[in-house]
Amino acid sequence: MSGLDQIFVGIGHGLAGWAPASVRPLVAAVLEIAGIMAVFGSCFALTTIVERKVLGRMQNRYGPNRVGPCGLLQPLADGIKMLTKEDIVPFSADKTVHFLAPLALTVPVWLAFAVLPFGRNMSAIELNSGILFFFAIGSASELAVFMAGWSSQNKYSLVGAMRAIAQMISYEVPLVLSTVPVLMLAGSLSLNDIVAAQGTYTFGGLARWNVFTPWGLAGLLLFLIAATAESNRSPFDLPEGESEIIAGFLTEYSGFKYALFFLGEYLGLFALTGLAVTLFLGGWHAPFQWLEWAPSWLWFGIKFGALIFLFIWVRATLPRLRLDQLLNFSWRFLTPLSLINLLVAAAWYWTGAWKSAAAPPVRWLLCAALIALPYHWLGQALRGASPPPRKYNYAE
Amino acid sequence: MLNEIAFLLLASLTLAGAVAAMMLRNLVHCALCAAGAFAGLAALYLQLNAEFAGFAQLLVYVGAVAILIVFTILLTRGAEIQPGGTTASPSWWMGVPVGALVAACLVGSIMSSPSLLRLPSQNVQAPVKSIGEQLMTQYIMPLEAIGLLLTAALLGAVVIAMREPPKSEPAAR
Repeated sequence: MSGLDQIFVGIGHGLAGWAPASVRPLVAAVLEIAGIMAVFGSCFALTTIVERKVLGRMQNRYGPNRVGPCGLLQPLADGIKMLTKEDIVPFSADKTVHFLAPLALTVPVWLAFAVLPFGRNMSAIELNSGILFFFAIGSASELAVFMAGWSSQNKYSLVGAMRAIAQMISYEVPLVLSTVPVLMLAGSLSLNDIVAAQGTYTFGGLARWNVFTPWGLAGLLLFLIAATAESNRSPFDLPEGESEIIAGFLTEYSGFKYALFFLGEYLGLFALTGLAVTLFLGGWHAPFQWLEWAPSWLWFGIKFGALIFLFIWVRATLPRLRLDQLLNFSWRFLTPLSLINLLVAAAWYWTGAWKSAAAPPVRWLLCAALIALPYHWLGQALRGASPPPRKYNYAE
Repeated sequence: MLNEIAFLLLASLTLAGAVAAMMLRNLVHCALCAAGAFAGLAALYLQLNAEFAGFAQLLVYVGAVAILIVFTILLTRGAEIQPGGTTASPSWWMGVPVGALVAACLVGSIMSSPSLLRLPSQNVQAPVKSIGEQLMTQYIMPLEAIGLLLTAALLGAVVIAMREPPKSEPAAR
């Protein structure tokens, strides 16, 4: 088991062992960075083609099928196209900020991967407050989006950036709140500890993942919705809404800078997906005890791929929301529900001391009712209320 | 040695950001430079192994305060560059004695502080945990007071931002 499981760790140690002792930590760090960048860089290329293929399939058309066998070389062609395109900077743009914005978006997103545990002994740095690092680094992207929108000196860009910032700030609240129950019950901010807390097995060899508890299931759903909004994906892709504001803050970007934004957006999605796997789906642990023989990184990859497919599926299915619907959905529905989820986690914690044989199902149903009933009532209350008539301040 | 170089780099970056935030003509540039200075400060905290303080600084200042400043600038339409004129106000010389006074106070208190003594560094285990425990036990009252204050401020901001529709006007179409 340990041979294949630790193969990447072993390769890393072996390669670093060649270096002289004084620079060995540096070489090891560079190798880790190179590994992360290679894996998730190719993941990005793969996802672009898979996404277009799956979208095509779901919408009853072919998708890209001209470049290479079954169109599999399409990412390569896209990459060459992006690199060779002319880099257009608008005449009135703020040149420095316009240049820095794609970098300011992409660099922090790469940094977020440093704390994710991809397998047993496979996280680049182990921080006591890993999840805090993740969100702190992620908060830099809002400023980058503003830089892109403002420096373009274009009304569509600025409107797109403002939409993006409003959306990111609104959905960061449920995103962070939905992770809090996990931290509370694991008693740690370290992602490795959180994975370790989900590493035991209960009846029938079923894993003790957080998603199998009522608060974990609700938390995962809240987290996935908020993550879709954070990474500006359909149905929350208003910042780029092509039919309304051309391409939002991307309007004045072309060539390689546009590719960098694209990369940053997908990598942000990957990082959030990796965090969802780590927090709710047991990280690199197998779902059943008798499946533990498979390498840990393979389990992480399978869960990761499944969630990415879910995101593509949602994108193919749902239409775009309106801005007021989007903000109301976050503040009136997701945020209260994620607060209630905190109480459910507390109830789960206190009922953990029950000893009788009937305790587990009763406890599960009680906690599930604690989150399901508010969900139903809140949904009914918000559906019944007709929205106030729209008032136009500037467009009379 | 490596540590000193890193400190000098970070400190000069932070200072450059702070100076640029004061000197530049375009207000949005100033705000972005201020965000750079905030990030530099966070990096300095991290260099001192103060993980929690560093990440909190990044989360609160770069993620929230910088955005707030930027929004304020855009909403008050102050971003346009005025041609001519200087960045300094006519009474800039008043700042010199104030700055000197503040610097003297800071230097005086820092030089007399016991923390300048080089104690052998204590390896604090799981500082986040101890910060949380301290906040929930010893500093529970200040924490609650801050929570109350922030809630009041939030409600106040909502009340100010809410525009009451004039009574005489007929209901919206």
